[in-house]
Amino acid sequence: MNAIIFSAVFGVLLMFSSFLFQNKSTQRNIAIVAIVLLLLANFAEQFGIWRIQVNNHGMLHFSSFGLLFNSIAIGITGLYFLLSGKDIEAIDSGSPADYYALIFFILCGVAVSSAYNSLLMLFIGIEIISIPLYILTGSDKRNLKSNEAALKYFLMGSFSTGIMLMGITLIYGAKATFNIDQITEMVHPGREAWFNAGLLLLLISLAFKVSAAPFHFWTPDVYDGAPTVFTSFMATIVKAAVFVAFIRLYATVFSASKYDWRLILSIIVAATLFIGNITAIFQQSVKRMLAYSSIAQAGFMLFALYAYNGISKEGLILYTFGYSVATVGIFAVLGRMKDYTFEGFNGLARTQPILAATTSIFLLSLAGIPLTIGFFSKYYMLAAAVKNGGHLWLVFFAILCAVVSVYYYFRVIQSMYFKTGDADTPFVTPLFKWTLVAMAAIVILLGLFPNLLLQYLYF
Amino acid sequence: MVPVLLILIPLLTGLGLFWVKSDSAARTLAFMASLASLCIMLAALTVWDSPKYLAYDHVWLGILNSRFHFALDGMSKLLCLLTVFCFPLIIYSTWNNKYPDSNRFHALLMLSQAGLLGVFLSMDALLFYFFWELALIPLYFLCSRWGGEKRIQVTIKFFLYTFLGSLFMLIGMIMLYNKAGGSFAYADFLKLKMAPGEEFGIFLMLMLAFAIKMPLFPFHTWQPDTYETAPTGVTMVLSAIMAKMGVFGLLRWLAPVVPSATYQYGDNIATLAVIGMLYASFIAIQQNDLKRLVAYSSIAHIGLMILAVFAPSYGGIQGVMIQMFSHGINILGMWVVINAIENKFGTRKISDLGGIAQQSPSLTLFTVIIVLANIAMPLTNAFVGEFMMFNGVLGSAATKFGVAYTVAGGLTIILGAVYSLRMVQNVFYGPTNQLTAKATDISLNVQVVLAIIVVGILLMGIYPKPMLALTEDLSHLILNRMNLK
Repeated sequence: MNAIIFSAVFGVLLMFSSFLFQNKSTQRNIAIVAIVLLLLANFAEQFGIWRIQVNNHGMLHFSSFGLLFNSIAIGITGLYFLLSGKDIEAIDSGSPADYYALIFFILCGVAVSSAYNSLLMLFIGIEIISIPLYILTGSDKRNLKSNEAALKYFLMGSFSTGIMLMGITLIYGAKATFNIDQITEMVHPGREAWFNAGLLLLLISLAFKVSAAPFHFWTPDVYDGAPTVFTSFMATIVKAAVFVAFIRLYATVFSASKYDWRLILSIIVAATLFIGNITAIFQQSVKRMLAYSSIAQAGFMLFALYAYNGISKEGLILYTFGYSVATVGIFAVLGRMKDYTFEGFNGLARTQPILAATTSIFLLSLAGIPLTIGFFSKYYMLAAAVKNGGHLWLVFFAILCAVVSVYYYFRVIQSMYFKTGDADTPFVTPLFKWTLVAMAAIVILLGLFPNLLLQYLYF
Repeated sequence: MVPVLLILIPLLTGLGLFWVKSDSAARTLAFMASLASLCIMLAALTVWDSPKYLAYDHVWLGILNSRFHFALDGMSKLLCLLTVFCFPLIIYSTWNNKYPDSNRFHALLMLSQAGLLGVFLSMDALLFYFFWELALIPLYFLCSRWGGEKRIQVTIKFFLYTFLGSLFMLIGMIMLYNKAGGSFAYADFLKLKMAPGEEFGIFLMLMLAFAIKMPLFPFHTWQPDTYETAPTGVTMVLSAIMAKMGVFGLLRWLAPVVPSATYQYGDNIATLAVIGMLYASFIAIQQNDLKRLVAYSSIAHIGLMILAVFAPSYGGIQGVMIQMFSHGINILGMWVVINAIENKFGTRKISDLGGIAQQSPSLTLFTVIIVLANIAMPLTNAFVGEFMMFNGVLGSAATKFGVAYTVAGGLTIILGAVYSLRMVQNVFYGPTNQLTAKATDISLNVQVVLAIIVVGILLMGIYPKPMLALTEDLSHLILNRMNLK
């Protein structure tokens, strides 16, 4: 409960802070202090030290999984503020405090959707996440691409919200309750068709939110059109949060249905992996490549649902963490580049060795090379699927896609290290560099000892 | 303790070298570190030769039941010795090569040594996979940064190819892990009893990784290009040591772990190996580039080892073990010669060279001995291994085609003589041309390296017994698992 309340309060405070403090860096410092406090508040709840008691009538359920995910999301947002605060200030319209406030509201939605125990709370959580995102996408008001992206995202997003509501309605019709525990227990013979239709609609709307194929068409345009600094947030923490909501739904409500959802899921997984990876190869812009790669990574994260068991739950935590840290890092470097094409990275290793080295580590992690957290994330996903047995073809398909992904991730490394050029980045502060180094260190440390993170699942 | 030292010395040196600015200091440090590893390995073979020193076992991932388990058994001793013996020679023989950012070059070289030693020492499947991939990353950077023409495309092809194989191996390992009741330990893998169908799936997945790494025909297409474009110092690592990772994988993780599939489908792989030997030998005859010639000859030599693994008998397996070492130092010798020639004349084309013997007698003498070893003349080390392998294949109880394999394989020895001796003839003898007329003899470091290699070749050729004694137990174990005793 702490995370929900504090993030909402901090969001409101930051909204008003722009009247009091005109200085942009003061606003950033307030945001950083607020995020640290929020993290501490969530830690207090996670480790059972202190929490605000609210009677939520069984609509929220705080599990160690959800609380750990909150910590991860808040922690990465903190790193994101440190890295990209300057970029948020560089957006010329509006004061940065507004954007910080919107991000805190998104975190509130994240906290709700990691703890919902009622389909209504799921809906509210997802909406609290989505609406600020529409604004952030369009925040670069004088840029036509940004406007187009925001409109597209808003129209498509509200459409999928409608589908989600329709699904929830059907499920309510079948089970006469929104409460997840009761849905799993209650049996109403003869209403199985309503229930399954509702589940299918829910599946579609959530697949839209995590940009799984064939509901991914909005992703490249929106990620490309939005200001880079917000793309980074959208592609990582937000996507991960929806996955956390999705896996809880899958583990409970979907398992109450007699229909075997694995066939539909396996088709979605295969299509997502295929489209994301193959299209990413042909991109000329690193930003668009990352947009498609985020679709491909979503395909791997969907493995956690497809092969739902204890291993895959651990894997999802690891995956969301590793993927988010690496992607936030790469986007932060990308945001400083003048030229977003692959050629724009030529020779970065010579001009900015630290940026190039850390970016390489992040890319290796996304590709799933050992000694990075990315390896263990992929390992857990594949191990979960192998353990369940059955559709091994999907595992092999995923392997082929992972090999394809190496090709386009390594193109960036090739540009930075093996091609000559004079890529340069203006205004790189020591703080920026050291934050990147710290994140790279985390990627490697957890790549060697993933249990440092996973042990918190069992407290 | 020894395994930890063996991995940590090159690892820490490699990481440290990134901060050493002076090129010559970096080179010297790398050389000292590789000598230190050699000393430790020699100590492990003599004064520290007890299980107390040779193994290290510690919890790594409690959740997955995976452990930091390193151990030096006979085969690891042999291959670790090969690794730590080759690295000082590689660094010393390329002492005068000019690499830009030489400190990073040597740093990455040291990291690859750490990775390779980890592969040979791991007794835990997940750890093995970890090092198997890690050894590749520094080599990727080495080849892409310091290689020749078209290096970026060639290296990414190499990387993608091996990465694909590795991922299949990972799935195979995960399946074994589930079969072994949630354990990655090698000792538990050896106790497995599986139905033939299950074994076959795992066999295919592991085999793909090893086949690409060795390489086995038809998975070899990355190899000649990569050997040609990689800087010669790195080609030495790739061919002398890294190709052995694949053969090592067969003997450690494939044949004893899925024995009945190895037995049942051995003929298919053995046939591919024979085709590859003949094919590579014929292509080697056509080559004009020295590096490509040696690359193809390497496919042929490795092919024979694969043949002996899949048409097994005690003598044959022992032959593979010793031949892994022999082939490593022989091919290293070939690369040292090629590197010396390329540094001196600026070309590797056989047609541009000729008559070097008149000006460089010592280089010629060493080269001839190494080439003779390469075609398995008696008294050289390769004769011991190849004779044992052919004898083993001929007498193998596991295959009906022993005779056919031996005849076809024997043919490649003759073909090997054709291309190797023609190479010697055209490069070292005959009339000199403008390029080679003013040649001088090779520098001291190359002489020293070649002398060490030649001494090794002759010593092992005359008295191979200590080496063979190292791996006796393991060869028996493999045959026992395949019910061939």
